[in-house]
Amino acid sequence: MTWYVRLVSRVGRGQPFRARAGMAARKGTPVIRRVLAAVAALALAAGCGTDQAAAPAGKELILATTTSTQDSGLLDDLLPEFTRDTGWRVKSLAVGSGQAIELGRRGEADVLLVHSPEAEVRFVAEGSAGPRRLVMHNDFVLAGPAGDPAGTRNQPAVEAMRKIASTGAGFVSRGDESGTHAREKQLWHQAGVTPSGGWYRSTGQGMGATLRVASETSAYTLTDRATYLTQKPPLEVLNEGDKALLNIYHVIEMTRKAGDRVQPEGAKAFADWIVGAKAQGMIGAFGEGKLFVPDAGKDEAALGS
Amino acid sequence: MDVLGDGLVEAVRLLLTGDQDTWAITGLTLRVSLTATVIALLIGVPLGAVLALGRFRGRRVLLAIANTGMGLPPVVVGLFVTVLLWRSGPLGALGLLYTPTAMVIAQAGIATPIVVALTAAALHQVDPDFLLQMRGLGATRVRALGALLTEAKLPLLAVGMAGFGAVVSEVGAAQMVGGNLAGETRVLTTAAVLATSRGQFALAIAFGLVLLAIAFAVNLAVTFAQHRQTATR
Repeated sequence: MTWYVRLVSRVGRGQPFRARAGMAARKGTPVIRRVLAAVAALALAAGCGTDQAAAPAGKELILATTTSTQDSGLLDDLLPEFTRDTGWRVKSLAVGSGQAIELGRRGEADVLLVHSPEAEVRFVAEGSAGPRRLVMHNDFVLAGPAGDPAGTRNQPAVEAMRKIASTGAGFVSRGDESGTHAREKQLWHQAGVTPSGGWYRSTGQGMGATLRVASETSAYTLTDRATYLTQKPPLEVLNEGDKALLNIYHVIEMTRKAGDRVQPEGAKAFADWIVGAKAQGMIGAFGEGKLFVPDAGKDEAALGS
Repeated sequence: MDVLGDGLVEAVRLLLTGDQDTWAITGLTLRVSLTATVIALLIGVPLGAVLALGRFRGRRVLLAIANTGMGLPPVVVGLFVTVLLWRSGPLGALGLLYTPTAMVIAQAGIATPIVVALTAAALHQVDPDFLLQMRGLGATRVRALGALLTEAKLPLLAVGMAGFGAVVSEVGAAQMVGGNLAGETRVLTTAAVLATSRGQFALAIAFGLVLLAIAFAVNLAVTFAQHRQTATR
């Protein structure tokens, strides 16, 4: 310590500096020490609350799924039961169906719960995915301003889309390669419309955010019914019930062909469980029975008829 | 505007009733962001000191890089760390993706350039003769640097606060490398985003207010420490 005191006394900035530095030398560095103590205390306090969450290791799988299953709260109901029944812990990533499939393709997820049937069929045909099974459905609805400026009520869904385009009434798209966006593009395709121009906006965000943009700008949008019902936006359901608006969820197991670290046994455990009687019952009862229809074992072609 | 009032009420209710989820989320937020800040300080302060005081070729370029790094978008850092930690990525074998550790890595990556650049700026403020004279008096390089850092401790505290503020409030990297998993990697920012996308605006605002409150508490503690130090002079 003496070198330091001797040193600072000769630095040549005069008395105040010497006194200050001398004090620091005698008492150590109080500020830093006090702050470190405070930070350590905070971090310690913070650590206490979360230890049990981080503790158990072992069987853990990654589920890539869609924002609608998370935003509606369905996963919060299902996943703890699955863990209790099978011992598998689940890391669920709520992303668009497009990203979920891409995560599966790269072997970054073990099992997928998605609603983009055409893309799923193409993906399964690539060969890295295992079995694909029907889980449940709900439906898409076309929501828009109560005045319905494009006259979409009681029209077939494709005709309603064509009318929105031809009148130039506003439409807000997810634009995020989600299952909802895929269905929207399919409807435009069937209507023979290439959506572009000032009336067509793309948010690149989830369903909740897109619904809000649509309601703030008094525009139409395509939404899954579950998100519509949980968000209660100031938009009305103008067009519903068309078979082209069915929103069908499948579970897809991934295999080691997608990546060395994929856990097919975890994938199978989840897929078997979610098409089983218990999970199907929970899906049917979820949200007072208004949000999802359990479909395990049914014929996909017969849905909605 | 109702939603703001509801949010305030909800925030107070969550904190006072000791809502377990909220406390766990708040605790994780503090744990991750404070750890990341400490790591960033350990790496960034020496680097910043070298950049401020060193005399070597390319120093200005490195300083410019550090200054640019202050504006590094969290999403870019998050994406980079995600790709590194993917099962198929170079560090995939560690199995760190979607864990708090991954979030600490990403946030430390965000805070380090800030710490480097601001440390360099803070040390520039110190009398340039100080180090020179100490070296002249025979202090070793490391000891002279230690004395210099002691001299600049108040600005360095501000550096720490800036780093902490940047990481505790970011959402892009936390979402990407953490995955916003309930009970595991959900922090206040990602919880607020999720509540918003679920249409629970009051809850989202409540999380935002809790975030503000802890940022305030941390800064208050540091400011008090600073103030007490100034008062003893």
